[in-house]
Amino acid sequence: MISYIIRRSLLAIPMLLLVSLIAFFILTLPPGDYMTSYQNQLTSQAGLTTAEAEEMANEMRQKYGLDKPFLVQYYNWIKNIVTKGDFGYSFFYSKSVSAVIWSRMGYTLLIAGLCHFISVFAGVFIGIFSATHKYSFADYSFTILAFLGVSIPAFFLALFMMYIFSFELGMGVGGLFSDEYIMAPWSIAKVWDLIKHLWLPVIIVGFAGTARNMRVMRSNLLDVLGLQYIQTAKAKGLKNKTVIYKHAVKNAIKPIVMSMGSALPFLITGEMITSIVLDLPTTGPAFYNALVNQDMYLAGSFLMMIAVILVIGNLLADIALAWVDPRVRYN
Amino acid sequence: MNKLNQEALVEVKNLKTYFYTEEGVVKAVDGVDFEIYPGETLGVVGESGCGKSVTSLSIMRLVESPPGRIEAGEINFGGRDLTKIPEKEMRKIRGNDISMIFQEPMTSLNPVYTVGDQIMEAIILHKKVDKKEARRQAIDMLQKVGIPLPEQRVDEYPHQLSGGMRQRVMIAMALSCDPQLLIADEPTTALDVTIQAQILELMNSLKESYGMAIMMITHDLGVIAEVSDRVAVMYAGKVVEYTDVDTLFDDPKHPYTWGLMNSIPKLDKDVDRLEAIPGSVPSPLNFPEGCKFNTRCPLAEGKCFEEEPPLEDTDGEHMVRCWRYEDLEEIKKRGERIYEDRGVQK
Amino acid sequence: MKKEEAKERKKYLSNKEKIWRRYKKHKLGMIGGTIVILLLILSIFAPFFSPYDYRKPDYEGAYMPPQPLNFIDEEGDFSITPFTYGVEQGMDPETWARTFEINPDQKYRLQFFVEGWEYELFGIFESNIHLFGVEEGGTFHLFGTDKLGRDILSRIIFGSRISIFIAFFGSLLSAVVGSLIGGISGYFSGKVDLLIQRVIEMFQLFPQLPLMMALSAAIPTTWPPILIFIGIVVVLSLIQWTFLAREVRAIVLSYREQEFVKAAQALGANHLYTILKHVIPNCFSHIIVVMTLTIPRLILAESTLSYLGLGIQPPMVSWGVLLQEASNIQTIGQHPWIMIPGAFIFFTVLSINFFGDGVRDALDPKSN
Repeated sequence: MISYIIRRSLLAIPMLLLVSLIAFFILTLPPGDYMTSYQNQLTSQAGLTTAEAEEMANEMRQKYGLDKPFLVQYYNWIKNIVTKGDFGYSFFYSKSVSAVIWSRMGYTLLIAGLCHFISVFAGVFIGIFSATHKYSFADYSFTILAFLGVSIPAFFLALFMMYIFSFELGMGVGGLFSDEYIMAPWSIAKVWDLIKHLWLPVIIVGFAGTARNMRVMRSNLLDVLGLQYIQTAKAKGLKNKTVIYKHAVKNAIKPIVMSMGSALPFLITGEMITSIVLDLPTTGPAFYNALVNQDMYLAGSFLMMIAVILVIGNLLADIALAWVDPRVRYN
Repeated sequence: MNKLNQEALVEVKNLKTYFYTEEGVVKAVDGVDFEIYPGETLGVVGESGCGKSVTSLSIMRLVESPPGRIEAGEINFGGRDLTKIPEKEMRKIRGNDISMIFQEPMTSLNPVYTVGDQIMEAIILHKKVDKKEARRQAIDMLQKVGIPLPEQRVDEYPHQLSGGMRQRVMIAMALSCDPQLLIADEPTTALDVTIQAQILELMNSLKESYGMAIMMITHDLGVIAEVSDRVAVMYAGKVVEYTDVDTLFDDPKHPYTWGLMNSIPKLDKDVDRLEAIPGSVPSPLNFPEGCKFNTRCPLAEGKCFEEEPPLEDTDGEHMVRCWRYEDLEEIKKRGERIYEDRGVQK
Repeated sequence: MKKEEAKERKKYLSNKEKIWRRYKKHKLGMIGGTIVILLLILSIFAPFFSPYDYRKPDYEGAYMPPQPLNFIDEEGDFSITPFTYGVEQGMDPETWARTFEINPDQKYRLQFFVEGWEYELFGIFESNIHLFGVEEGGTFHLFGTDKLGRDILSRIIFGSRISIFIAFFGSLLSAVVGSLIGGISGYFSGKVDLLIQRVIEMFQLFPQLPLMMALSAAIPTTWPPILIFIGIVVVLSLIQWTFLAREVRAIVLSYREQEFVKAAQALGANHLYTILKHVIPNCFSHIIVVMTLTIPRLILAESTLSYLGLGIQPPMVSWGVLLQEASNIQTIGQHPWIMIPGAFIFFTVLSINFFGDGVRDALDPKSN
């Protein structure tokens, strides 16, 4: 099994390189570059003439190597990443890319992680309940809720929730901290403030995930309950609860465990939209700003990072599956 | 009461198990009576869909409900009516006093638990011993069912064993708590012929050493001949003939049984052609009026289409459900056939 | 013997009829399907159903709240024909915000097949008849107006055209591309297959949303709307094609060994002909199933992209574009009705999901 993991990891590296190349290429597709908008800024806000602005923009271009051919730029970027761990410079934020991503990644992972666990736990338990109470009123309600979960656009849900909570319920939303706490050092009060702001994005992002897990769990469990070994277990005189949890669930939960690996990037990108709407200090809004302003190093690094997380996640999922299902282990 | 003047271990009286489906009521078991005596093997034979599996599931109260339901009847065991006791009591009986093994050994065991775990589960549940003792007993059981190197096998997973071995494990699991009755639902149907013979032999010898009764459900007359003491022939949810195995093969009184017997080649009989019963079992949603066999029976006439025949006792130990069994006797004496030739060479 | 005859006939119900009967059983699927058909009619005949020209601004009437239809007037009299009240503008003395006062004396009755703004349907028909409107002089903004005074209902109806059809074409394109690639991959096997498999894996390596956003950002906003439309269609399809590719590849692989393909090859038919003739009809049900899954996803994707400004650009309208106005919490707070297009997205996607569930069940019933 170790060899399997090593083999998979090695295969991933050329793939990641290719991914980064394509990502970088896509980002340089729009006409112009960051300096184009910088130039516009100079003329409109700083009052420079077109000629002056153009000169300044070209200077900046040279300074940052934006005037070099695409492949050269790409090569330099990758070289810096591999040798110095330097992901480039973010023009929009005037910081190194690492600094931008680093400062925001923490909150991204926090929200994504929380949503992930909640959506798995809630989804699995509701799914089990639904399957064991098939066709009951609760089951129908959950099914309808699940449909809702995959039918509502995330940004709209975020908008709508924001509206309800701000105007109908009069609670402050948006951001992760109230004004007083943004710059404040960490304290219990700050944590509590964070929690008060967190639960809304977590619910919004977790909703779709829970809906999906619930449907999968319900369907898997119903399939498993129809299998022969469940009847064998009952014939031994086991309690129904034991049969369901010990025998059925352990088998039915396999696909969910498998999907847990690929779930993380899904959640990071899932919370992206909600963060943009709610204006949270996470990686989502940073990526969006990078795209809109052609801040290519930031955008490219972010895409690569997501791909890396996906690969690692899949690997972890494979390991988890082998742990849960002995048949895979012995292959 | 049987010839040895024993009390029946299990007495099934007028059992009716119906399924309420969207398309209508399926009367899978529609008035079944039989007894199983201690230490004997009762064979239950019939085509698929005749209700034999549902009968066994009803005894274990494992019928899916909804849509199934035990409508009526009694199942007397150990002085109690199993159809009426609470579920908690029934659980104490399952796997303990009455055990069951199923047809598909490939899917009858949970793939994520070791073979040992699954055997130990029943032992710990019913005998209330600790894990160490349970493990010892499990290994002991594996040995009894003829699995070599049981100390190793006990920690293996089902997918590491062959079909025949898995069925042995199933038997080990079923017998681990020393049941009085083992219900075997087509236990050898999915196995190779040579393995079949081994498993049947195993079951027979275990029956002796454990002193238990077996309810052997099958569609295979060869298996019936091999292991049964007495036989119940089922058709369309009812028992149509009920006697000891020798009498059944020598002197079948029901046209259906007669057809079954003569549709398989026998080494000791020389026939030019085999007989085969035309048609197929009627859909349970659409049983005919009168005797359920009237759609295929060559002797069916008049009353057979109007009224269902009762299970009649012909001579003390041989029950038949047919209006015209006496006529069949006559035909047999004359050496005639009742089914059309199907052109099968000998 | 009538019962027997009926049973005989039942046995020979064609496959199509069986599918239709199964679909009818699925109640939610029927409801979804009906709504989908209604929506299609709405979007195809958009101008007929829209009381107002969706492009025409009316600065005076900006941000008018939704006007309900009333059956009972101020004095409690019931009128069979519903009506709207006249609306007068005023200004709130404290906040300087524009207010709209209802004038109960002015009543404008609802009328059907009214003459209104002129339009061209499919480039052939010219007309000015609309399904409904109110009497001369009155206004009827069922969902209110936006910041330029444009009737939101009309904009939603026209927006449905883009939202629905962009998703449909994206789905179709991805189905075609996916099937072709999957088919080629499965048919040729060997190195070609392995290469394509790697490509598919790579695509699935990429998280969809950021990829979609990046690709959409690559489309210059200065392009003419029709090109942007096509560009978005291509982007959307790039995300979804891998689904069908895998399925079709599996089907083709399983058919490769079948006799009739070998027979066709023996006749000297070339590769492509063989694949097309024998395998594609068998893929139909798979394609339909996948499309019922991808169309709603693409509607969601397009509206998200357009909302973020990366997709469809104004003056072309899609539901996502309509929601761009709702990006500011203050604006939403003061004029919550601008969120209504979001509800339409939701209902449409939900209906298609129900419909799709029914179709999938009918084509391949799983025992539940």
